[in-house]
Amino acid sequence: MKRTFCFAKRNLKEIVRDPISVGFGIVLPIVLLILLSIINSNIPKEAQENMFEIRLLAPGISVFGLSFIALFAALLLSKDRESSFMLRLYTSPMTGGNFILGYALPLLPMGVVQLIFCFAAAIALGLPFSANLFVCIAVCVPIMVVNIAIGLICGTLLNEKAVGGLCGALLTNVTAWLSGCWFSLDLLGDGFRKFAYILPFANAVDAARAAVDGSYADIPGKLWVVSAWAAGLTALAVVIFTHRKKLK
Amino acid sequence: MNAIETKRLTKRFGMVTAVDALDLTVREGELFSLLGVNGAGKTTTIKMLSGLLKPTDGSARVLGHDLLTELPAIKPLLAVSPQETAVAPNLTVRENLELIAGIYNSDPKRVQRMIDELGLKEAEKFKAKRLSGGWQRRLSIAMALVSDPKLLFLDEPTLGLDVLARRELWQVIESLKGKVTVILTTHYLEEAEALSDRVGVMNGGKLKITGTPREILDAAGTENFEEAFIRLAGGEAK
Ligand SMILES: Nc1ncnc2c1ncn2[C@@H]1O[C@H](COP(=O)(O)OP(=O)(O)OP(=O)(O)O)[C@@H](O)[C@H]1O
Ligand SMILES: [Mg+2]
Repeated sequence: MKRTFCFAKRNLKEIVRDPISVGFGIVLPIVLLILLSIINSNIPKEAQENMFEIRLLAPGISVFGLSFIALFAALLLSKDRESSFMLRLYTSPMTGGNFILGYALPLLPMGVVQLIFCFAAAIALGLPFSANLFVCIAVCVPIMVVNIAIGLICGTLLNEKAVGGLCGALLTNVTAWLSGCWFSLDLLGDGFRKFAYILPFANAVDAARAAVDGSYADIPGKLWVVSAWAAGLTALAVVIFTHRKKLK
Repeated sequence: MNAIETKRLTKRFGMVTAVDALDLTVREGELFSLLGVNGAGKTTTIKMLSGLLKPTDGSARVLGHDLLTELPAIKPLLAVSPQETAVAPNLTVRENLELIAGIYNSDPKRVQRMIDELGLKEAEKFKAKRLSGGWQRRLSIAMALVSDPKLLFLDEPTLGLDVLARRELWQVIESLKGKVTVILTTHYLEEAEALSDRVGVMNGGKLKITGTPREILDAAGTENFEEAFIRLAGGEAK
């Protein structure tokens, strides 16, 4: 536990001392939020299109924004893996679990900070402030873990360049398509919809929207799917990292 | 007890045999220098003995434990200063040392001690990436020492150090004698001659000769250590 904690402290410093990427993770969701609100205000009322209404948009974008944490985690790990500093840590008594948790822990507060900024912007754009928003932040923790685990798996398997492409472009697109935060999943047919709800992203968006709405009863049914993915992917990340670290 | 005992330890990378059936014995508390021309297999030997590379063949006991099956028992006791400087670039000198001390659960007082002993005081608050190459090197070595290891691998520790820093490091290494088993590689032969209890000369992955610096001189029939090295290591070099 102490090892994980020491390593997490190092990673936290590494993150906050790289303000550009932190800033990017915070600013981008806000920019999207503003742009889409402007679009929304230009959609004629009779179109009955409510996807971009702030109370649906804000939780959707906040979940989508969290996919940047995956990119962040992946870059951090893949950059480390190519360094001789990592060789030194491999000769230390640190286990795969120490490594993965040490990377994951400091990314959680970063995700929370990102959500706080995102909701602050949403409030400025007309989202009513309520205690529900804090519930929403808590509800977003499992999807944060999902993203961190995916990022760490990518960072373990890929080099720095590939990570930028795969996590940066692919993953954010996948979340966009499968989360239902950009368009209603019903548009793509029943099969696609079912598929999307096996994966965590759409469930996380629904849970976040339910939290913002105050419909707490709808949260657990969605959240357990996300949590199961979070636990499974984290375990997988540990297994893959441990395997990779093994002697060649 | 012997700190290291290898039996026909071998590492092949595809067609290249980097370490070839190495039988090496290093006694506890001894300072052993591994010498050899570029590509002789020194770093590969260290990587195997520190658990970074899996031997292709052969076996080894390290600090009384089997290298292949009991690595977790060995790891807390050993430390490596890799051939390439290995520091966390965005951490300060002190933070780097604190990180390693934390990972090994060692006495936090050792951080200050390393800063004093390796003359890192004036750089203590600088981020590692802002340090000059030689200073990074010192930090990298301090990070290997901070965990108070029983077995220490120093792969070309003095590479890139100025003359004063090198002499200071010699003193630090000397002070470990008898307490810590040190395996050192270096291309500075006067360093090996001055510091080592015993020396081993590798060539083409094989150990050509081991002995005290005196014995090496006698075996080569010369009074000049560099000359002895050339005769022993250069024999079959390409
Ligand atoms: N990862 C690797 N893949 C393939 N070949 C390797 C690898 N690492 C080392 N080798 C080869 O193994 C041989 C021994 O290399 P090693 O790094 O152990 O030499 P060394 O004695 O440390 O040399 P130097 O004094 O230059 O540091 C070399 O021929 C090298 O090319
Ligand atoms: Mg080498």
